[in-house]
Amino acid sequence: MRKTGLLAATALAAAGLGTAASAAGELTLCWAAWDPANALVELSKDFEAQTGTKMKFEFVPWPNFADRMLNELNSGGQLCDLMIGDSQWIGGAAENGWYIKLNDFFDKNGISMDSFVPATVVGYSEWPKNTPNYYSLPAFGDVVGWTYRKDWFERPEIQAAFKEKYGRDLTPPATFAELKEVAEFFQGREIDGKTVYGVSIYTERGSEGITMGVMDVLYSFGFKYDNPDKPYDMEGFVNSDGAVAGLEFYKALYDCCTAPGTSNTYMGEGIDAYKSGQVAMQMNFAFTWPGFEVDPNVGGGRTGYLVNPAGPGGERFAQLGGQGISVVANSDNIEGALEYIKWFAQEDVQKKWWSMGGFSCLRSVVEDPSFATSQPYAQTFLDSMAIVKDFWAEPSYASLLQASQARFHDYVVAGNGTAKEALDGLIKDWTEIFEDEGKL
Amino acid sequence: MSDPPATRPAAAMPPAAAGRIRGLSDRAIAWIFVAPTIFLLLAINIFPLLWTIRLSFTNYAANKPNAELKWVGLRNYQRILTDEDTWANMQATAHFLIWTLVFQVVLGFALAWLINRRFRGNDLLTTLIVLPMMLSPAVVGNFWTFLYQPQIGLINYVVEAVSGVPASSFSMLGPGGWAPWAIVIVDTWMWTPFVMLICLAGLRSIPDYIYEAAEIDRASKWRQFWTITVPMVLPFLMLAVLFRGIENFKMFDLVVLLTGGGPGSETLLASIELKREAFEKWRTGYSSAYAIILFVTVFGLASVYVKALNRVKER
Repeated sequence: MRKTGLLAATALAAAGLGTAASAAGELTLCWAAWDPANALVELSKDFEAQTGTKMKFEFVPWPNFADRMLNELNSGGQLCDLMIGDSQWIGGAAENGWYIKLNDFFDKNGISMDSFVPATVVGYSEWPKNTPNYYSLPAFGDVVGWTYRKDWFERPEIQAAFKEKYGRDLTPPATFAELKEVAEFFQGREIDGKTVYGVSIYTERGSEGITMGVMDVLYSFGFKYDNPDKPYDMEGFVNSDGAVAGLEFYKALYDCCTAPGTSNTYMGEGIDAYKSGQVAMQMNFAFTWPGFEVDPNVGGGRTGYLVNPAGPGGERFAQLGGQGISVVANSDNIEGALEYIKWFAQEDVQKKWWSMGGFSCLRSVVEDPSFATSQPYAQTFLDSMAIVKDFWAEPSYASLLQASQARFHDYVVAGNGTAKEALDGLIKDWTEIFEDEGKL
Repeated sequence: MSDPPATRPAAAMPPAAAGRIRGLSDRAIAWIFVAPTIFLLLAINIFPLLWTIRLSFTNYAANKPNAELKWVGLRNYQRILTDEDTWANMQATAHFLIWTLVFQVVLGFALAWLINRRFRGNDLLTTLIVLPMMLSPAVVGNFWTFLYQPQIGLINYVVEAVSGVPASSFSMLGPGGWAPWAIVIVDTWMWTPFVMLICLAGLRSIPDYIYEAAEIDRASKWRQFWTITVPMVLPFLMLAVLFRGIENFKMFDLVVLLTGGGPGSETLLASIELKREAFEKWRTGYSSAYAIILFVTVFGLASVYVKALNRVKER
C-alpha cells in the first residue's frame, strides 16, 4: 500500500504537476517553532494569494521537533504535506520512503540543483550523499558560528587590560586557542556593574545540543567520521589524536569559561545568555543572528559575527544546520505540495525570503554583489557556509546521535573518564549500530 | 389499571425476545455484562502484552515496516542484561525510587500526624499542603529548573545564606553529584501530600475509644503511638508505598524536564532509556525486551509486596 502510494506520488512528480488551480485546497507545512517559521508564514501569504491554496502550519519547539515529526513520518501520518525536516533525517526519509524523490519534478520544472549553494544540496537534499538523488529543495541555510560583544571588545579600558595580560590586542578570535584566551579574560569580569562570563556553548543532553557543539569544534581539530577510503571504518578517525585534543578543548572551555549552571543549554539558553549581557561570546546557529540585530540590548552594531575559528593545524570547519523542504509521501495533496516547492524555488521569492530573515540557499541570491553588505552578518554566513560539515545522515542517525549525546555529556559535563575513553566508547557504540544496520 | 413499573420493559419487547432473555441463566446474563469489559481488557492490555513479548524475540524496527523480520531468540535480553549501561540505569532508578519512598513516607506520615490534630486553620493548611500534587509535572519541572538555577535560583541563595557556600559555585542539576538528589527533592515536594492524604485517612479511621481505653490503662503517648497508631495506619502506609513505588519506577516527565537524564547519564532512569530506545532509536524488538524486563521486575516486586500487605492487614 505504502509502495503504491509512493509510486503514485513519484508519477505525479514526474508529470510535472497540474495547474495552480488544481493545486488549490489546503496544505499543511511542518517545521520547528522558531523565528524563521514565523517569517515563512508571512512569506507564504503570497503563495496563498496566487494559488488560492490555504496554508496551515504545524510548528513544534526544537527540543521536541525531531521526536514529534519522526514519529509522524514513521507512523505514516497525514498531518504534513510539506516537511522542512532536519538535514540528518534525509537518509532515513529516503530509505524509508517518507519523502518523495524530486528529480523528475525538478527536471520538468527547470529547477536545477546547480542553482543552490553546493553544501546545502549535499547536506539537505541528496541521498546517498554526493549522488544526484534529491529528496528536498534547500530551504533554509544554517551553520554554527559565533557572536561576540563588539561594544565590549572596543572599550579602551578592556582593550588595555587585555593587552596588559596577554601582550596582544583584543581582537575577534581567529583560532580556538585565541577564543579560549579571550573567554578566560572575560570570565568573571565586572562590566557595567555586572559579573559576565566568557562563552555560551552547547551542553544540552536530551536531544542534539552537546553533539552539535562538540562536533563544531572537533572538525577543526582533525576529527573525521570514518576512513575516506573505507566507509564506516572509524578507528583512528573518530578517536584520532586531533579529535581527542578537540574534545579536551571543549571540556576545558566548558570548565573555564561558561556561566554557572549551564550544564544543559542549547539554542534558546544561548540566545538568552547573550541578549541579557551575561556572556562575551556565544556559539549558536546563524538563524539567531537577525534577532540580535534588532535586540535593544545587543543590536544596533553592538554585536560582531564570527566564522568558526581555526583549529591548531589551521583547519577550519563548521557544523551544518538548516533544512530542506520535502513533500511527504503520505500526503493526500502531493500536487499542491509540489506546487508550493515550485513557487518557493523562484528567485524573487527567495530574495524576499532572505529579506524577511530566512537564510536563502539560492546562489543567485547569496552571490549577488549586494548580498554581503545587505546585513552585518551576511558575509560571515557566506564564509561559514563554505566550510560546513554535517553529522551522520544515515537512516540510523537518531541512534548515532543518542550515543554521542551520552558519551560527550558524560565526559564534558559530568567529568567522567577521559576524552580518549569517550571517543573509544563512541566508536564501540557506533560500530554496534552499523552492525545492527547491516552496514558492517 | 397500568402495569407495575418493573414489568414495563419486558412488556415493551416482542414476546419472543422477552422469552429468550427470560430463558437466560444468571451466569449467561453475567457474561453478557462482563464480556465488553473482558474484550476491552484483552484488546488493550493482554494482546499488546503478548505482542510485545513476541516482538522482544525479533529484530523488528517500527520505522522499517517493510524490512525482513528476523527471529533473534534471546539475543535482545542477553544484550540488555549484559550491558553495563542498563545496570547503571537500574541503579539510577533504584536510587530515585528508594529515596523518594523513604522521604515521602517519613514526611507524609509526619504531616498527616500533625494535620490530624484539631486546630484553627486546619482545612486551609491541608489545602495548601496538597497543592503541589495538583500541578502538572511539566509546570513543576520547569519552575524547579529555575529554582535550581545557580545564579537566579532561590535554592542556591538559601544554601549560601545558611552555609556560606557561594550560590554560583555549585549547580544542583549539573556536575558534582547533586543531580540524583535534586530530582528526589522535587518528586518528594510534589508527592508527599499524596502519602499524607492516605495516612490521614488511616489516622482518622482509628476509633477514639481505642485511645480512650489505652488512656484508662495508663498507656503513655509514646506507647499509644507504637502500639495503636502505627499498626493501624500501616496498611494505609503500605498502600501509599505501593502506589508511589509503581509510579516512580516509571518516572519520566519530571526528570526529563529537570535534567534530560544528565549530567552524563547520572539521572538516566530506566523509563527514559526505554523511551529513547523505542521512539528515538526505533529499536522496537530491543525495547520490547527492555519493557518486558521492567514489567517482570515491577510485577514481581509488586506481587511480593501485595502479599506482605495482605499479611499486615490480616494481623
